[in-house]
Amino acid sequence: MTTRTLAVVSAGLSDPSSTRLLADRLTAATVEALRARGEDATVEVVELRGHARDLADNLTSGFGNGSLQTAIDTVVGADALIAVTPVFSASYSGLFKTFFDVLDKDALTGKPVLLGATAGTPRHSLVVEHAMRPLFAYLRAVVVPTGVFAAAEDWAGGGVDRSLAGRVERAAGELAGLVSGRPVATRPADPFADPTTSFEELLKGR
Amino acid sequence: MQFGIFTVGDVTPDPTTGRAPTEAERVKSLITIALKAEEVGLDVFAQGQHHNPPFVVSSPTTTLGYIAAKTEKLVLSTSTTLITTTDPVKIAEDFATLQHVADGRVDLMMGRGNTGPVYPWFGKDIRDGIPLAVENYQLLRRLWREDVVDWEGQFRTPLQGFTSTPRPLDGVPPFVWHGSIRSPQIAEQAAYYGDGFFHNHIFWPPEHTERMVEFYRRRFEHYGHGSADQAIVGLGGQVFMRKNSQDAVREFRPYFDKAPVYGGGPSLEEFTSQTPLTVGSPEQVIERTLGFRDYVGDYQRQLFLIDHAGLPLKTVLEQLDILGEEVVPVLRREFAALKPAHVPDAPTHAGLVAAAGGGHDSTVHAADDVTGRTVETAAQA
Repeated sequence: MTTRTLAVVSAGLSDPSSTRLLADRLTAATVEALRARGEDATVEVVELRGHARDLADNLTSGFGNGSLQTAIDTVVGADALIAVTPVFSASYSGLFKTFFDVLDKDALTGKPVLLGATAGTPRHSLVVEHAMRPLFAYLRAVVVPTGVFAAAEDWAGGGVDRSLAGRVERAAGELAGLVSGRPVATRPADPFADPTTSFEELLKGR
Repeated sequence: MQFGIFTVGDVTPDPTTGRAPTEAERVKSLITIALKAEEVGLDVFAQGQHHNPPFVVSSPTTTLGYIAAKTEKLVLSTSTTLITTTDPVKIAEDFATLQHVADGRVDLMMGRGNTGPVYPWFGKDIRDGIPLAVENYQLLRRLWREDVVDWEGQFRTPLQGFTSTPRPLDGVPPFVWHGSIRSPQIAEQAAYYGDGFFHNHIFWPPEHTERMVEFYRRRFEHYGHGSADQAIVGLGGQVFMRKNSQDAVREFRPYFDKAPVYGGGPSLEEFTSQTPLTVGSPEQVIERTLGFRDYVGDYQRQLFLIDHAGLPLKTVLEQLDILGEEVVPVLRREFAALKPAHVPDAPTHAGLVAAAGGGHDSTVHAADDVTGRTVETAAQA
């Protein structure tokens, strides 16, 4: 059985947070959908709150400290990414954006990604489409068609609203469909491997 | 092993007084610092090149030429010479001239420069940084090694029958280092030619330095210049010292907190633990510096940054006293005791001349326009 690595980035700030709650539901549904396709999954969760200062430091210093670098390596090396943010001022939170700001611009190229967002009001429901999707399009990630937005009322009534559960399941199925059958993710090419272009070729002008 | 200092020549206000030196003061302070470096027994003074405020180092060979005249032993170098935006013809001429002025006490470190707006001022584009460094340096080498150059490339107007004058002192061009923080292509370039590789070794964790140097050494061997441990490696580093380490930390902190490259991010303590920056007693600097060898191997040149972020000249001169009296003599002894015999010393002009089988005058005399006869052929006739 193939084992996939599923990285989960949650920018929720409270504990428990509805952002993490949505991330967990998306993760569980994706693991389930992968199992249905005969694949196993290892889940690695990155809670950005724990890296808030590391991220600010990275902005000024230009390098990630040890703990942040581990989180970055986890995300970059995963077979798929589930990324969930709370809505702050009509967009993803600054913390969420900063994490993707410090990644190498090619780090997520081709990576299957499922996007989620949470807010107090359904009036932010297009944040996934209008804010998050362009960011991941820039990063050349492959984002599944269904983005999952959950407002306070989706969690109300003593249980998850049926339509949220349906969206979670559909999005997870789409992510599992993108991942399964693909080659297992490899780490990005080592920049310090012996060059494939000889220096003579560089001298001739590429 | 060579020890020295390198400067970027910044004009930065002293955060403890709010006063910035004038350009006149800063240009003169670079000279004072260089002369002091020789006085306290350091081997190398290297100066950067910038073409924008707050820097005063747009014309490095002017300053270095003056320093050459006032010193006896000091090796004059650069940190770095902008191989991307400076015409290689001008570099060839300026540094061959400086070589004659300084009786060979000259080498250079090539760098690309990371300030985007500077490139278009010189008709270039920062996105061409690597191809510019590759093409320009190849031309520079030819200008120093071939009396008459026919050349055509992508970035500069072609040359037909061009002779760069003066020819290199004793017919031997200055030794060249290549500096880069994280571009393997530049380490590859240094390895390809058997030139030196320098890592600035400040601002970032040492793992970056380790990977770049390891790559350079491996490629140096690949290109047949010797074994990996014989490659020519230089490191930077930033230090601030007082007899008691707590005094050093207290005095340096306001400069760290306000420094354009440091302020607002990780604390001084975090930076000193995560990067090679060392703020403490001379003993701590000695211990930390000896530790560099653990991850880059035996290396040939150690340069310290000591005049940064608005530190007053008086303080910088005190730092030089400490380096010269307490730190470098110990480092010199300890590194020498550890270095195996087959690892070369830093290249010098005398060494390169000897390796070339002795020096020779390489003057190119103009040919007579009509007869084609030169002074030399006329003398033989």
